[in-house]
Amino acid sequence: MSTQARSRSLMRGFYPSWFLAPAVILYVIFFAVPTLVSFYFSLTRWTLFDHEFIGLDNFVEFFQDPQLLKGFTNTVIYAFVTSAAKIVLGMSLGLLLTSSLIGRGYLRAVVFFPVLVSTIGIGLTFKSLLDPFHGIVNGALGAVGLPQPGWLTDPNLALLSVAAIDVWKGVGIATLIYIAGIVAIPEEYFEAARVDGASAWRIFWSITLPLSRPATTTVVILSLIGGLRSFDLIWATTGGGPGYSSDVIGSVIYKQYQAGFYGLSTAGNVVLFLVVTAFVLPVFAVLNRKQVDL
Amino acid sequence: MRGVRSTLRACGFGVTIAVAGAALAACGSSDDSGAGGKTEISYLVVAREGSKAGAQAEIDAFEKANPDIIVKLDTFPEGADGDNLVKTKLSTGEMDEVFNYNAGALFRALQPDNQLTDLSGEAWAADLPDSYKKVVSTDKGMYGAPLGQSSGGGVLYNRKVYDQLKLSVPTTWSEFIANGQKIKAAEPDITPVLQAYGDAWTAQVPVLADFANVTKQDPAWAQGWTAGQKKFGQSPALTAFTHLEQLGKSGLVNKDYASMTNIQALKALADGKGAQYPMISDQLPTIAQDSPDAVDDIGFFALPADDAANTTATIWQPGGLYIPRSAEGDKLEAAKKFVAFVSSSEQGCQIQSDTGVAIGAFVSPVCKQPSDVSQAVKDVQKYLDDGQVAPALEFLSEVKGPNLDKITVQVGSGITSGAQGAKQYDDDARKQAQQLGLSGW
Repeated sequence: MSTQARSRSLMRGFYPSWFLAPAVILYVIFFAVPTLVSFYFSLTRWTLFDHEFIGLDNFVEFFQDPQLLKGFTNTVIYAFVTSAAKIVLGMSLGLLLTSSLIGRGYLRAVVFFPVLVSTIGIGLTFKSLLDPFHGIVNGALGAVGLPQPGWLTDPNLALLSVAAIDVWKGVGIATLIYIAGIVAIPEEYFEAARVDGASAWRIFWSITLPLSRPATTTVVILSLIGGLRSFDLIWATTGGGPGYSSDVIGSVIYKQYQAGFYGLSTAGNVVLFLVVTAFVLPVFAVLNRKQVDL
Repeated sequence: MRGVRSTLRACGFGVTIAVAGAALAACGSSDDSGAGGKTEISYLVVAREGSKAGAQAEIDAFEKANPDIIVKLDTFPEGADGDNLVKTKLSTGEMDEVFNYNAGALFRALQPDNQLTDLSGEAWAADLPDSYKKVVSTDKGMYGAPLGQSSGGGVLYNRKVYDQLKLSVPTTWSEFIANGQKIKAAEPDITPVLQAYGDAWTAQVPVLADFANVTKQDPAWAQGWTAGQKKFGQSPALTAFTHLEQLGKSGLVNKDYASMTNIQALKALADGKGAQYPMISDQLPTIAQDSPDAVDDIGFFALPADDAANTTATIWQPGGLYIPRSAEGDKLEAAKKFVAFVSSSEQGCQIQSDTGVAIGAFVSPVCKQPSDVSQAVKDVQKYLDDGQVAPALEFLSEVKGPNLDKITVQVGSGITSGAQGAKQYDDDARKQAQQLGLSGW
């Protein structure tokens, strides 16, 4: 073994590997073990007092559930609507807040503020704002003679209303990421383009948009995962209702758990895990490959 | 799996992520006997308006009578979250020495034979009416002592509105709808029938409170349902769903039905802005609290069947006091004393009457209803005296689907038809029956 190699292994061993132990122990106890155990319990009928192995029956049951199909399509709609809106709005706000603007710092804080508020708090606040008869939103619409829809109580509107609240809450993060991405683009490109007489539109289309792709990737991944796993906001505003009309996979699983179907709800979590992986892995691969190609 | 299960038992370890906080908290709390030779037990009640004050009054009186026992009060949340907390506490051996919980189907889901202490040998048990013993018993034992009163499910109505429009209490469904139309025609500002899907559970009442009418037509229906033979998708039980659909389409319901909450509906009823509200009389304390002057304006009638001969009030039994298996030795003795005191001593009954609002009839023969009860309670009592009552389904069968609230919201809102809703509920109940390991499903 050469001296160089030995010194490298010494460098690697500079921190004893047991420094990892606290993190590994916590990870194993609170993440790895429950995850593995949950794979087993998803194959059982579990009452918390005892359990009986029933093979794949829970999965069969889960996919026959009338709520699930609705919950599944709703989840996909919700994830894509919120992701798309966060990209478009986040990008626009990011551009606006990186330009020279009076009160830029203040506006950045304002856009980011909803991110800091508790989701349940936001849900309950909007539930009262959007109340069809006593809410301030419909009060304002009524005052100027516009129709007053049942934002959270109309089965056709409920899901989209919650998605809109989600966008209001989450666009601050997307904006922040875009601001960082846009600021990181070297100023020389813009100068060169301006010297060549490029229009603002051309600069955006040919420089800002392609060079902020890492930011876009991050926003897409984060909001897609967030959208697929969405639960808290929906639970606080509509509880999946009216009926099943705004149920998502997360709320369907929680309802199974509430009902005491512990095996079934664990199976639902396994399904959710697989669905999120199935959506996010390809998206991640595609977006990252393009980044390398660039 | 034995290893995993014993770990779960040992310290509520990783039970499920959602309840881990509660389980760990329970782990941390010490349940050592109090100092100075006193025995300390704890008493778990549901965190509901008024329940805590009543429980504390019982504890104060009990501690005075038994200076060597200390009782600590503990609460758990109402609804499905509470059900899970109770199950988690039992399965981890962390349950309070005495706890108050539903009788009937929810009680049976606790696996009483493995989890609870048999109380059939207690002195008070012999005097309990059979109708109550049944709902806190399995084949192997009797586990619960009654706390509180049974209540009636049907329609709460505003008697002032009825008097003013000279309406009489309907005994058939068509009379009920006709009354609604008369109210609508005469007083457009008064909602004929209140619905409050802002609290989805209230949507179940028109179906649950119709069950006595089903029993009247087919006395063995509940057994057939448990065995997987009788279905809501077929007559006579189907009627409840089709009536709900009809009600939703009748134009007699308040416009803000989708967002109105139960408390708002009770207030509207008491204020005379609504005339009728399908509900259970256990909600009367809310009216007594929010609209004390209107208590005697409220009356009760059974949810009408198609045929007047079948119109019967549905009765809900009160929850019980239970002692878990994990209570042993001195604590078990103290817990038994406390249960007997609260449920079946004259002093305990007096405190129940003083701190609670009457909602129906006491179950324990020791407890006597005061004479100055509200009109709705008198109406419920009349059905009981006439024998025009039958228990709610959850006291006759352990099969209760968990999604009845969402399904009835869909039917009442016109998202699905009554027949579709009934079919969905049959499927929903199947999952519960399978979870309980019943045959025939």
